[in-house]
Amino acid sequence: MSKQHIAIIDYGMGNLHSVASAINHVADDAHVTISCTKEDIINADRVILPGVGAIRDCMQSIIDNGIPELVDTVIQQKQPLLGICVGMQVLLSHSEENNGVDCLNHFQGKVKRFPKDATDNDEPIKVPHMGWNHVQKCQEHPLWDGIASDTRFYFVHSYYADVLETHCIGESHYGVPFAAMLAKENLAAVQFHPEKSHVAGLRLLRNFANWRV
Amino acid sequence: MALAKRIIPCLDVDNGRVVKGVQFVDIKDAGNPVEVAKRYNEEGADEITFLDISATHEGRNTTIHMVEQIADEIFIPLTVGGGIRTTYDIRNMLNAGADKVGINSAAVKEPEFVKAAADRFGSQCIVVAIDAKKVSQEGEADRWEIFTHGGRQPTGIDAIGWAEKMVSYGAGEILLTSMDRDGTKNGFDLALTRAISESVSVPVIASGGVGNLDHLVNGVKQGKADAVLAASIFHFAEYSIPQAKAYMAERGIEVRF
Repeated sequence: MSKQHIAIIDYGMGNLHSVASAINHVADDAHVTISCTKEDIINADRVILPGVGAIRDCMQSIIDNGIPELVDTVIQQKQPLLGICVGMQVLLSHSEENNGVDCLNHFQGKVKRFPKDATDNDEPIKVPHMGWNHVQKCQEHPLWDGIASDTRFYFVHSYYADVLETHCIGESHYGVPFAAMLAKENLAAVQFHPEKSHVAGLRLLRNFANWRV
Repeated sequence: MALAKRIIPCLDVDNGRVVKGVQFVDIKDAGNPVEVAKRYNEEGADEITFLDISATHEGRNTTIHMVEQIADEIFIPLTVGGGIRTTYDIRNMLNAGADKVGINSAAVKEPEFVKAAADRFGSQCIVVAIDAKKVSQEGEADRWEIFTHGGRQPTGIDAIGWAEKMVSYGAGEILLTSMDRDGTKNGFDLALTRAISESVSVPVIASGGVGNLDHLVNGVKQGKADAVLAASIFHFAEYSIPQAKAYMAERGIEVRF
């Protein structure tokens, strides 16, 4: 059996080895490349868009590396794409972080700061939202295969996605309800870190590796 | 439905071995860090903290290699602390596979370092580790100060003010160790934990003194900690991670199974 190619887009934001290592662990048939070259990305069978840190720096690196055009091509070619954490947020229209940053607008919606006065389990929330929280299934999707609704995943973020319900396939709650998993055609995105979410996260990555759009 | 309180086993590593001493003396060997980390990952630990307590340069080089090996084997977050002094050290640890780094004495020496680190790498990976000791006398209002060098050197810095300052400089999390309790198995300093947790807007990990499962429960319920860290009770198999979680869940604490 020939190997499928999974490209992790490297635009200089953070360490991508843990994502690569998690995929190698669950997908024997995968050849994982960490790259920002056009050739690697548009010829891959699937693409992962990671991201950490502040959104302004992330978007700047994305633009400087010509990633917006590559993502457009990936979408047109129907290659499955998975955004992770800030890699999900950049797929929305706009983020409030860093006094407002326009993003790639593949999912209509805004990225907002967790409100200061909100509570979780009757206690004032701490920001960043850091740790294991439930994700509730809102819609069936191949990424959910073999994963129960309300499974916990590992999150670390201070801003959350407020998007159209039609694209939300998984919702979480921390002071406010927010989108934890998004999907639209060949695009999917998760706010949590599947590569750090133990058994459930590995299953989700395996589902991504098996996803037929 | 709520965010789970985290249970974090801590690996104190000296020259490539997990050790645990009472107040940093009488050090006992608790195994190979990679094997120990793998076991905790399988048992359901929510995160792992790796503290390099090596005094030597060779010990530190071993650490990078160990972090790489651990990162390949575990699929939960990994924090690495001990000897992080420059942004170069941080980059090395993140590249080796750490998700977060703990900064302790370098922050005390140069607080601006925390700002630079958070600006460059993001607050989500900057944990400021605080070693605090009670300095108020009997009958006075509680007061704690920051100590360095394993609790031997006073700095005169108030612990609560320091925690607030570190958060304003970009710390994404506080790892709070009571130097009075560390290694004693008498439980966390709950008043200290609560005072810090209620003063800052970021998560606080309680550390120092866990000897039984009630201590973990108290750390969350009375200390208001967002996560509890322990070493010897897990290393020497007095309790397992699932046992600790079941015990906390029975007492109404949200945990992840």
